[in-house]
This record gives sequence, structure tokens and C-alpha cells, in this order.
Amino acid sequence: MKGIIGKKIGMTSVFAADGRQTACTIIEAGPCTVTQVKTQESDGYTALQLAFGDKKEKHSTKSELNHFSKAQATPKRFVKEFRDYSIEKALGETVTVDIFAEGDKVEVVGTTKGKGFQGVVKRHGFSGVGEASHGQHDRSRAPGSIGGSSYPARVFKGMRMAGRMGNDRVKMKGLKVVKVFPEKNYILISGSVPGHNGSIVLIQK
Amino acid sequence: MNAAVQFVHDQLTVKKNHPKFKAGDNITVNYKIVEGGKERIQSFRGDVMKMQGTGSTASFTVRKISDGVGVERLFPILSPNIDSILLNKVGKVRRAKLYYLRERSGKSARIKEKRM
Repeated sequence: MKGIIGKKIGMTSVFAADGRQTACTIIEAGPCTVTQVKTQESDGYTALQLAFGDKKEKHSTKSELNHFSKAQATPKRFVKEFRDYSIEKALGETVTVDIFAEGDKVEVVGTTKGKGFQGVVKRHGFSGVGEASHGQHDRSRAPGSIGGSSYPARVFKGMRMAGRMGNDRVKMKGLKVVKVFPEKNYILISGSVPGHNGSIVLIQK
Repeated sequence: MNAAVQFVHDQLTVKKNHPKFKAGDNITVNYKIVEGGKERIQSFRGDVMKMQGTGSTASFTVRKISDGVGVERLFPILSPNIDSILLNKVGKVRRAKLYYLRERSGKSARIKEKRM
């Protein structure tokens, strides 16, 4: 596996030579600093810890400062671990967006936009009552029955009901890298990725 | 527009020298189509109903009356398939989106021409 931490910038579209238009997401990815190298001997598994985005020294704890100083790095805001990294990297080295090339299939992990407390029609795609007449009043988006009566005398676990929607970790698979701009650390990925503009996403392959 | 979006837009889109037009203008769009492996140019003449979007996602809608039936067609402004755009008439309208043309026909659907 190889991956990088990035920030979602926004969307645009790109024309192919035959005139086909593709919607694309711009992500500002890296440069990330390797802040820890986990090995089989010392940790029981191999992984690379990457850090992205600067933060002020006064907002960092002493343990954070010491951890980053081991890699000769400034304090970072986001720290993520990538298991079984396929590129050999040492402590303190940087990972940039040019680990990806045009045409690569990648996965993008992000946190979806929070929708707040939503009803069953929006949250689970229920169709609602469907009729405004025949005794229906004020309940066109109601969930309907949630189960039997004296048998089973309870509501089954996992019954779909209203509640908090969104703000979930989601992985989008099979997205294509349309273009890489190494001088600006931008990467253009086909389609949409989870989250609002400015949210943190992981691009991995 | 966001600076990063603008940068990507500047890098990837080819600048086109189409004439400036807006809603209410009468234009001819010469559009490349591929038919049986051969490329030819088809022209679509009508009134611009609206311009929408920014940057590389910008598009415009052209409406014409063909055999008594209203036909609307949407073109991305930066599409490489647009061969050329000709500005025939500049219209005098008071709105940016001329959706009211859909409910009109005949004389009342005409757009006054702006005399320079």
C-alpha cells in the first residue's frame, strides 16, 4: 500500500479530447513528513506514520513536540498511519503527491458531511406514506409500523429509524487519477470524494 | 473562484476565441459530431436562453423553434467539440434567464433586436 494525506479543495471538470466532460475533485495532498517507522521487530507490524499540515508550537503538547523533533519536523496537525507501505522511507523523509501517476486507480477515505438528525425518508430512503387523503394527515414522511405486537413483543435490533445522519468515515474505491501537479501538490481525482471543502482525506492505493 | 480551482482551470483548459454573447442574443453554434466514423459540422441556430456556471463547468442553453416544436440544447462553453460560434443578433432583454420563452409562441416569443 502507498498513500498520502490531503485536503479537499473543491471540484471542477475536465474535457477529454473527444469532448467528454468529467467531473473532478481537486485535492491538495502532502507534502507529508514520515514521523515514525513501525517495524515487525519493535511493533509487531510494519507501517509508516505520516504527518500533514503545520500547527503552532504553542498549540502542541510537549509529547507531540518531542515526537516530531525526532523526525526533525515542525509540529503537524494531522497524523495518520499507513500499514505495509510499499515505498521504502526513512524517518524524517517526505512523501509528496508524485507517488501517484496519471491513470492510477486509487481509494479515497474521508468523513461525509454531517446532516444532523434526519427522518427515515432521507436517512434510509423510505418512500413515506404516499397518500395525502384516506385518513392520512400530518404523517406523509412517517416510518409506518416498526414490527409485530404481542409476538415478538419487542423491536428487532437494527430496525431502521430516524437519527443522526452523515459524519461517517467512507471509503470511495476505484477512483481514477486524472492529473497530478507536483509543483503545487495538487492531485485531480475523477468523481466526488466524501466531505466538505477543506476536510482531510486519505488517498491510498 | 477558489485560487486552486482557478489554477487547475488555467492549466487544463484551452482558451477559445468565441464572440461574447449573453441571454437574448441570436447565435449559431457549429458543433462537431461523429457519424459513422466521419466527423462533420452541424449548426444549431437559436436564441440564448441562459448562461450558467463558472470556469470550466460553464454552459449555455440555446432555444429554437424547429417545425413548430421548441428545441433546447445545452452546450459547455469550453467544449472542444464546438467548432465556432457566430453572433447573429444582439437581443434587448431585461432578464438573465429567459424561461418565459417556453410559455410563448409566435409573435410574443420574439426578442427585440438591440440597434447599435
